[in-house]
Amino acid sequence: MSASDDIFILGIKMTKFGKHAELDTVDLASQAIIAALADGGVGMADMGVMAFGNLIGQTTGQAVQKQVGQTGIPVYNVSNACATGATALRTVVMAIKSGEVEMGLAVGVEKLSGAGLLGAGGTTKSDSNTWSPTGRYGAVGPIDGRIGTEAMPGVFAQIGMEYGHKYGGASFELFAKISEKNHSHSTLNPLAAYTKAMSLEQIMGDVMISYPNTRPMCSANCDGAAAAVLVSGAKLRTLSLEQQRRAVKISASVLTSDPYEEACQVLPNVNTLTRNAATKAYEQAGVGPSDLNLVELHDCFATAELVHYDNLMLCEPGGAVDFFESGAPWRTGKTPVNVSGGLQSKGHPIAATGIANVWEVAHHLRGEAGDRQIEGAKVGLAHVIGLGSACGVHILEKSGLGV
Amino acid sequence: MPDTASPPVTIPGTIPFVDYLVLDDGEPHLLAQECTSCGARFFDRRNACAGCFGTEFRTAKLATEGELRSFTIVAFAAPGVEVPFTAGLVDLGGTSARGNIINCPPDPEHVKLGMRVRLATYSTGFDEAGTEAINFGFEPTDQQNGSAS
Repeated sequence: MSASDDIFILGIKMTKFGKHAELDTVDLASQAIIAALADGGVGMADMGVMAFGNLIGQTTGQAVQKQVGQTGIPVYNVSNACATGATALRTVVMAIKSGEVEMGLAVGVEKLSGAGLLGAGGTTKSDSNTWSPTGRYGAVGPIDGRIGTEAMPGVFAQIGMEYGHKYGGASFELFAKISEKNHSHSTLNPLAAYTKAMSLEQIMGDVMISYPNTRPMCSANCDGAAAAVLVSGAKLRTLSLEQQRRAVKISASVLTSDPYEEACQVLPNVNTLTRNAATKAYEQAGVGPSDLNLVELHDCFATAELVHYDNLMLCEPGGAVDFFESGAPWRTGKTPVNVSGGLQSKGHPIAATGIANVWEVAHHLRGEAGDRQIEGAKVGLAHVIGLGSACGVHILEKSGLGV
Repeated sequence: MPDTASPPVTIPGTIPFVDYLVLDDGEPHLLAQECTSCGARFFDRRNACAGCFGTEFRTAKLATEGELRSFTIVAFAAPGVEVPFTAGLVDLGGTSARGNIINCPPDPEHVKLGMRVRLATYSTGFDEAGTEAINFGFEPTDQQNGSAS
């Protein structure tokens, strides 16, 4: 791609994550959209396309347009589990890259406060009083809980434990320390759902959900939205110097699904598709893991963060435990990871997450992150995983324009 | 009473909890659908192979003993699921299967990564016709780990 083909973030915003009892999904999405447009210095009339994600509530982009502007542009309502936000972003990137539009809006929103366990199958009542095999396994009852677990905390617990079995060193305490880091990071993030530091003892002593994940080691169900205005390089160059200076370059935008491997239909494999996405993203961006000043990765559970150090190649293969023990992913370390507090503390309003993590990185690249600013940040990476599976990786850089 | 049709005689039997659990062909074991062209193994009803797109499958009897490659001890689950229980990923001679770890206390002192386990079955109850559904799990082969008798 020539320089003028680059795609930039012109405006981006996330709402405060947490409990928004008075706001519905349309309110939250509207809030994020209006703020992102204002941040970019543009309006709804400038948007050529909208990609919108709301996984659980199934609100459409059109419903939100009815509050913030019905301009007749195409709306893509996207759904890709926890990678929904990144998928919306990627959809707009593709639309701009195709040359069909110059500017577009990506939105993710979720109301998740009070939601319980996600993924668990529950009890299904059969109409008949005799066993009747149903479904693809010819099962006479629900499989979840009877043949392993389908609930998210347990699935991701096994993903982390499997890594531990393969390479060693992954104890309950190590996973809890990862959580301690993210809860500590969130104390500097006023938009996080939880902003209190937690001691290792508190984390390990909290309610066990699915060993080795206790409650604070699980992503926090909460409400929130995030929106981004994307612009083509050619269009950006016609805008003000200030807009050009604050723009953030999308050096790589990659989405993958899980390729077939032994065991992947038994326990989801979140490793290979992340590694594939990262490899492609580093290649697209022309940067390597050591160039990254910060990383926001999908720590839906403490056990997941560990494996993604390796999958994103932040460490040597098999070296995730050593990488963590070295202090590298703390905000003062070599490769700060989840300085926002991550999903465990900032929160995880599912469809918003894949844009909110891009906002976090962009915030630092613009030098606007206040107390939690990673000084001199020039390059960052945002990663999400949606089980099923989808992986989104975006690498962002300072625009280098308007100066 | 010769003029009354006698009802068909049904002998209450057993039914596997899932159709890939085989109860009536020797020792209980799992049966995979194996792609005839690439050898990929699946437990569900197939349309085609996810690895090579082949559409022909044969059945493959899996080993009943293997290694516990990963586990979690589930403390919170959907309604109707008894907790705590251990869910695990077991390597049965190169083919992965999931299942609960049974006949072993659900705590990290007894459930160990890498421990040897074997297929074991248990009753999940009877329906109105008197048919018993049988499910499987995996139990430690080394009884020092578990409490199986």
